[in-house]
Amino acid sequence: MKFGVIVFPGSNCDHDAYHVISKHVGQPVDFVWHRETDLSAYDAVIIPGGFSYGDYLRAGALASFSPVMASVKEFAGRGGFVLGICNGFQILCESGLLPGALIRNRELHFICQHVNVRVETTETPFTHELRAGQVLSLPVAHAEGNYVCDDETFEELRSEDRVVFRYCDPAGESGEPSNINGSRDHIAGICSRERNVLGLMPHPERACEDLLGSSDGSGLFRSLAATLAAVR
Amino acid sequence: MKAKVYVTLKPGVLDPQGKAIQHSVGLLGYDGVADVRQGKYFEIALDAGLDEARARETAERMARDVLSNPVIEDYRVEVE
Repeated sequence: MKFGVIVFPGSNCDHDAYHVISKHVGQPVDFVWHRETDLSAYDAVIIPGGFSYGDYLRAGALASFSPVMASVKEFAGRGGFVLGICNGFQILCESGLLPGALIRNRELHFICQHVNVRVETTETPFTHELRAGQVLSLPVAHAEGNYVCDDETFEELRSEDRVVFRYCDPAGESGEPSNINGSRDHIAGICSRERNVLGLMPHPERACEDLLGSSDGSGLFRSLAATLAAVR
Repeated sequence: MKAKVYVTLKPGVLDPQGKAIQHSVGLLGYDGVADVRQGKYFEIALDAGLDEARARETAERMARDVLSNPVIEDYRVEVE
């Protein structure tokens, strides 16, 4: 199995993702520059966090028009696995691979802290090795993480079990204080209808080593690696 | 030819920046401000040779596909 980490001008979590795949998942991984268009070598691509194109126009907007994103759309359409983290989630929404949008945090601040998220579904290639209801401690670092969507999309996400993570307190309860950025229904991550595309605001790739304060993110990568091992 | 594109948040989409501005102008003593919504404004210079219909069509397409996000924003285009 082989992973690709997409790199835009302004990506800054690309090396974290690369590190996790090479060191913890123990699989081959390449950086893929945003002007490249051939993803045929990869089984999974990660769209990392950062500030692609300086967040100009809207966070993730300009990246969604880059050459590699046309290829990511085709890749996802063929069933390839795509994980978008933070700015990667914003890019997936801007490119239409995931529904909704991420707007300015409710309190306007850039939020940089560890938060708790609850695993809402294990029926995804990224979460099947986790437990439903499990609470993960993961870092967030964003100013535009406030998830919005229209009522129709919201109903679709709920009825199709596509809300993958919600913000919660340490006990796993969701309430307004734990909804750090004001996201609709505490949504922290969602997947596509075919479930092969996941976007989330928290950073699991920065939480794979106890030395960094949490290793709760490793379950996502373990799940994805197991999925890839099974489908090959 | 110049195209002016106004991008505004759809009604109902929360505008935390507009709310902060409204709060600030209230503190500064401006009375009667019921709401503030922040948007974006673009001035696009188009080739002088373009006829108005073509210029409008180009600007409309840019506004729809690039300058706005249809999930959260509306746009309005003026050509002069």
